[in-house]
Amino acid sequence: MQKTYYDPADLKKFSKISEWNEELGAKFFDYYGKVFEEGALTEREKSLIALAVSHTIQCPYCIDAYTGDGLQRGITKEEMMEALHVAAAIRGGASLVHGVQMMNKVNKLEM
Amino acid sequence: MLKSLHKRHSELANSKRQLDILSNGIFKNGDLPTFKEKISETNQFPLKAKKLEILQINVGYMCNQVCEHCHVDAGPDRKEIMSRETMQQILDVIKQTSAHTLDLTGGAPEMNPNFKWFVEEANKVGVKDFIVRSNLTIITANKKYHDLPEFFKKHQIHIVSSMPHWTKGKTDKQRGDGVFDASITALKMLNAVGYGMPNSNLKLDLVYNPTGAFLPGNQSSLEKDFKKALNADFNIQFHNLFALTNLPISRFLDYLIASDNYEDYMYALVEAYNPKAVSNVMCTNTLSVSWDGYLYDCDFNQMLNLPVNSKAKHISEYNENLLEGRDILISQHCYGCTAGAGSSCQGSLA
Ligand code: SF4
Ligand code: SF4
Repeated sequence: MQKTYYDPADLKKFSKISEWNEELGAKFFDYYGKVFEEGALTEREKSLIALAVSHTIQCPYCIDAYTGDGLQRGITKEEMMEALHVAAAIRGGASLVHGVQMMNKVNKLEM
Repeated sequence: MLKSLHKRHSELANSKRQLDILSNGIFKNGDLPTFKEKISETNQFPLKAKKLEILQINVGYMCNQVCEHCHVDAGPDRKEIMSRETMQQILDVIKQTSAHTLDLTGGAPEMNPNFKWFVEEANKVGVKDFIVRSNLTIITANKKYHDLPEFFKKHQIHIVSSMPHWTKGKTDKQRGDGVFDASITALKMLNAVGYGMPNSNLKLDLVYNPTGAFLPGNQSSLEKDFKKALNADFNIQFHNLFALTNLPISRFLDYLIASDNYEDYMYALVEAYNPKAVSNVMCTNTLSVSWDGYLYDCDFNQMLNLPVNSKAKHISEYNENLLEGRDILISQHCYGCTAGAGSSCQGSLA
């Protein structure tokens, strides 16, 4: 029996998702491909955004994929780490900003 | 400074051992198809040599650098150097061949004591495209090389130079401490005499090799990024960027094994296999000549000691009719030429 939930080899099988629902699978992969094409943002910028988001959603497949993608594009480790700190800052900030709600509530309830 | 595999007495200095590794393990137990099996799927086996277009000459394995990924296992300790006699035999061949491109490589070709003589003589024969693969740092390494940019210009040499990244950190990690700064100085010297400038016919191209166990990204995107960064940071200009895949032989193979990346890298190469790149792999229109005059399908086969499958095995026996149509010798390293957009000394293929 498989002993872990994640197997790195499964990443390569991603496209198999379409086998159980071809129509939606195809639509998704079409969309995915389009999203990462150069537009107002470069492919390089999109790759860094994807890397940061991958860490936010903590998807090991995505982290693997977009670390490799970044290296292939010549993205430096300094750039990668800065992108991650953006993700971490937003994530930390999102917790902290709710502190205002806490403060409002305390202020309302306390004498 | 890193030492060559030869100097380290590494077992991988032996080409037989490299071929052993490439033929066994995952390729023996059926996990991955061999290159022969793969190209047979599209009826492209055996690979055949077409008309000769490029004569690539390795004038010696001596180099002032010891790059970590070097497929030649070059370095200051390598003493294999082409003699003037062999060069003369090559000059005789250039006069009669159909090749339009002469491509000098090494090691650092400029370190061969007969380098300048050979360039001058070969130029007299009138080659259409005369390439010298210069590692750049040789230009700054010693006073006696400082005049190389002028020399190249005088002979209208097409310069092709390695640059794995536009930042110092990544470049020095692959090519050695101080290589980035010296390369930038050399590129400025080349720009100063007109090389690489927009509309200049003094051609200066850069070669990008990934700085680790991954494949190169899209060549034109990388070229854009290189141009932008080198221009912004150093005001440096160049013409084209060729994105080359590192082939799993020699020092790069040693690195792959030591870093426990060998199998993953071979999987990545096989997964990125592009049947469309097969018909244009460089061995189909190139002949590689070693420092001692022997003929090979490509510089990689030269390093693996796989001589051409032809009666004409040495430059002194050169015969275009015998060589054309020969079967090319292949092994699993060939997957490096067919991954993604394909890879050759002239860049992407497909
Ligand atoms: S890659 Fe080129 S510059 Fe580096 S050691 Fe090998 S021959 Fe010399
Ligand atoms: S490694 Fe050499 S023989 Fe193999 S495909 Fe590439 S160019 Fe041809």
